[in-house]
Amino acid sequence: MLLIKCPFCGDRDELEFSCGGEAHIARPLAENTLTDAEFADYLFLRDNPKGVFLERWIHTDGCRRWFNVARDTVSHEIIEVYPMGETPKTEAAKAAHKASWRRQTAAEAAAKPASPAGRSGS
Amino acid sequence: MKTRFMKKSGTKPAAMRLPEGGRINRGKPVQFTFDGTSYQGFEGDTLASALLANSVYLVGRSFKYHRPRGILSAGAEEPNALIRLGKGARIEPNLRATQIELYDGLTSESQNRWPSLNLDVGAINSLFHRFFPAGFYYKTFMWPASFWKSVYEPVIRNAAGLGKAADDHNDPDRYEKTHQHCDVLIAGGGAAGLMAALSAGASGARVILADEQNEFGGWLLSEGDTTLDGEASPAWIAATLARLEAMENVTLLPRTTVFAYMDHNYITLMERVGDHMAECPAHLPRQRLWKIRAREVVLAQGCHERPVVFGGNDLPGVMLSGAVRSYINRYGVAPGRRAVVITNNDDAYRTVFAMIEAGIHVAAIVDMRPAAAGPLVAEAMRMGLSVHSSHAVLAAEGTRHLGYAKIARYNPKTGDVTGDPFYIDCDLIAMSAGFTPLVNLHSQARGKLEWDEEFCCFKPSTYHEAAQSAGAGNGAFDLATAMAEGAKAGAEAASRIGFEASPAQAPAIDAPVADFRPLNFWGVPSDAAPGSGPKAFIDYQNDVTASDIKLAVREGYQSVEHVKRYTTNGMATDQGKTSNINALGIISGELGATIPEVGTTTFRLPYTPTSLGAIAGRDIKGLFDPVRLTRMDPWHREAGAKFEHVGQWMRAWYYPQDGETMEEAVNREVRRARTHAGILDASTLGKIDIRGRDAAEFLNRVYTNAWLKLPVGRCRYGLMLKDDGMVMDDGVTTRLGENHFHMTTTTGGAAGVMAWLEEWKQTEWPELEVYLTSVTEQWSVATVSGPNARIILEKLGCSVSLRDDSFPFMSCKEARLAGLPVRIFRISFTGELSFEINIPSRLGMALWKNLMQVGSEYGLTPYGTEAMHVLRAEKGFIIVGQETDGSVTPHDLGMDWIVSSKKPDFIGKRALERASMALKDRKQLVGLVTENPMDVIPEGAHAVLDPNQPMPMEMLGQVTSSYFSPNLNQSIAMAMLKGGHAMKGETVWFPMIDGSEPIKATITDTVFYDPKGEKLNG
Repeated sequence: MLLIKCPFCGDRDELEFSCGGEAHIARPLAENTLTDAEFADYLFLRDNPKGVFLERWIHTDGCRRWFNVARDTVSHEIIEVYPMGETPKTEAAKAAHKASWRRQTAAEAAAKPASPAGRSGS
Repeated sequence: MKTRFMKKSGTKPAAMRLPEGGRINRGKPVQFTFDGTSYQGFEGDTLASALLANSVYLVGRSFKYHRPRGILSAGAEEPNALIRLGKGARIEPNLRATQIELYDGLTSESQNRWPSLNLDVGAINSLFHRFFPAGFYYKTFMWPASFWKSVYEPVIRNAAGLGKAADDHNDPDRYEKTHQHCDVLIAGGGAAGLMAALSAGASGARVILADEQNEFGGWLLSEGDTTLDGEASPAWIAATLARLEAMENVTLLPRTTVFAYMDHNYITLMERVGDHMAECPAHLPRQRLWKIRAREVVLAQGCHERPVVFGGNDLPGVMLSGAVRSYINRYGVAPGRRAVVITNNDDAYRTVFAMIEAGIHVAAIVDMRPAAAGPLVAEAMRMGLSVHSSHAVLAAEGTRHLGYAKIARYNPKTGDVTGDPFYIDCDLIAMSAGFTPLVNLHSQARGKLEWDEEFCCFKPSTYHEAAQSAGAGNGAFDLATAMAEGAKAGAEAASRIGFEASPAQAPAIDAPVADFRPLNFWGVPSDAAPGSGPKAFIDYQNDVTASDIKLAVREGYQSVEHVKRYTTNGMATDQGKTSNINALGIISGELGATIPEVGTTTFRLPYTPTSLGAIAGRDIKGLFDPVRLTRMDPWHREAGAKFEHVGQWMRAWYYPQDGETMEEAVNREVRRARTHAGILDASTLGKIDIRGRDAAEFLNRVYTNAWLKLPVGRCRYGLMLKDDGMVMDDGVTTRLGENHFHMTTTTGGAAGVMAWLEEWKQTEWPELEVYLTSVTEQWSVATVSGPNARIILEKLGCSVSLRDDSFPFMSCKEARLAGLPVRIFRISFTGELSFEINIPSRLGMALWKNLMQVGSEYGLTPYGTEAMHVLRAEKGFIIVGQETDGSVTPHDLGMDWIVSSKKPDFIGKRALERASMALKDRKQLVGLVTENPMDVIPEGAHAVLDPNQPMPMEMLGQVTSSYFSPNLNQSIAMAMLKGGHAMKGETVWFPMIDGSEPIKATITDTVFYDPKGEKLNG
């Protein structure tokens, strides 16, 4: 059973937590021109890598707060715990974030507000 | 109790008990029975040692061939002596006699025999062994497929398994669980473990030392030839324990097996608290499960001795050499009178000397090594013992007990027998084929192994967790090395986590210098023609022989994991403790590969079988899952209600009166709710209090309809979707203030909806200021429904007007009802004039009783969940989870009206626009009216257009709700049918699973009763 450091409560047994699956899946904004296939990248497709994986966890039987965890799916080592809305700081987790195919998807691009006029292309 | 046993039968004296010695308490005789016969042992005996003392050698029959089996070992590795222990509901099967501590009145039985141990009918399997080869099941129970379920499975199930569990399944014993954190956990309290505890304990680290046996000391307790600091080892053990007990930071756990090692140093232990007592005191549990999170772990599990593989090596009287020594030195028992020793290393010579000291005649020492030499061998020769180097035992013979050994010279290179065999009478063979470090926990923790060429064993190499191994479990079989390793590991563990530690001083050791390196030879010397010799067993418990493994390899199995599954080697309750390495040796010989090339199988938890009672602990029966009761629950019980489980809630299902059937009661409740008034305990509905500046915006995003402009004091029905557009929950939400809402959810969905809303708030929209609080338990709810609802509330004394103009449908008011503070919601799940009265929980019963008292004059009738379902179905209201199954959109339900087309976004909006959502053949909600109004279609029945088409029929969909409506006096149903919305008026058929006449029905609208909604205002 994993020992997970809740950022709000400290080290607790895995059974107090629930895993919310892959982290950093940005939800496309309401106004978008995504095709069904592109939208499916957001809606259905999830990673299952061998190695470092960035996941969302919630301390269900504790403070009920969500946070992010970088975990090695082979060794079960927890590399980093970091807040919702942020990206990881450790090298291994940063690399996993950068390397994700999701960074290149239209769905992720559609989750960001369009650049203000005049600054596009800069 | 003792006298009762003495009277029953004249207990025979224990003939094989040595006159002195051992760690048994000769002042405390203990009576016990085995297969109905009474025997005497002593406190400190195991069942195995007491049986041997009483010359009981045959203790069980083997699994497949029902061969007679005796005691092989003196510990956890015992594959043969499996016992059914105890009486009545306390009976426990498959316990190892070598680990059962004797107590007064102990009752034990042998297993796997019929009608008796001496005369066993199943032993005939032995004569047919040619027909039970490796992979027998795979080869035999193949075809025809129709036999799998009806013939093969019953046959296999009947023949499979070992002991029988108690007939009475109500375990009367109590089990506990405890959680603990420690700095250093030490598994194994032998020489290495004790030294590790001394080192780590002295550093101030919190140490837990666990050992599976009743006494700490491990193999030191079985050695008579070893002194520590000039004294017999028990004196050093006692002094060491005294030192450890004096340390407040050290916890000693005897009788505690470390059975599982999981991620992040999470380790579980099973403590046998009361198993060794004739009667466990009431304040103690029988067993206790420890769940320990350790910062560092020291594994000092020790080792097991390997059997020598020769024909008949499973006969009672053939034992592991170390076990023989243990029975003599630790238990004061002679396991035989005339012994032959077969070995491939020096350690068995220590057994030779122990036997001679105990008065056992050693008829021959068969040393498989080509030129046995060294001080111990020389000592044996000096004593005039006949040492046969380069010899092997070809076979052990006897019927139910060993009679003689067949011995011959052989070639240790080829395994060929090179000399004429000779025979030696004996009733005991002590065998040793080297030692196997116990790497079970190390491997469970995903540590890697390496092959030690010198000692022919796998030992730990690299670690995955914060752990170290020490002693024989690490391949250090020599006592001095083991103790030094233990001391070092304990100090290292403590210093790794910041304690100042140094290795404890090891005692001065005086022990024979033995060469533990075994001969690297895995053959089975035999002079018999292939296939015709006596069976040489590898896995005793699963009856796997050397030839089975060879056959598997000949048939093409090369992976060790495949050979294991095909032959079942190592798959019994002992998990191959004595068999794994011998099997690998034979596989490597057949494949012409080295053992490390062959590899090992996976070590799985638990290390030894662990009772489910200890794992369940107190989480059984009423404590298994909490039951939630409403405040009005006692009233429902007094009224004779029948209950149903809804999630964790107990809800009143219906209230039968005067011998009514369920159908009669429900019909009455449903009718009265429409003719007079009904009252429902709706306290279980999920309730969420939502506040904050952005509360309305938040609801606007989680519901499909519009929420921003809902006036204060008004209610609105909402549908929640998952982001894939599928219906997830529904309920009525009320605006109590500008930034304050009261949301209701389905009873079963409450926790899930709460978690769902939190997830979106925290992870997707952290910028919204919204506060969510579950208030399900804070409010009791009574729903009064029906034409008389208003007058009942008025008669009760309501502080606000209930008339339509001032209190319209879908609005909410705070009020006092009979002087009690309430929130009244005018909403309806029945289609009748209806008031949902919420009241602070503790006043729920007072409200209910007031309503019942005043309401009786107006025919107010309590109704349960079943009537609620019928009433809502008459109106065509859906129940999420009954009409929906996670693949249903609002459009499928005919609820387009609730999906806003103006809102820029809500959860599920984009998914509803997918092309697949517009397909014409999606299953859609329809109503059904049966041709015969009395036919109620079973829920789940499938619709077809033509009931006479050949099977498999083309199915349109299924019935989701179906009832007899007493108000309409006809059967009504709802169904999800492919393209159903376009099929109104068409006829469908429902074939019945029992072959009876298909039910014919017409597709209709879903609203069956009061389609214009005129009843809502009473």
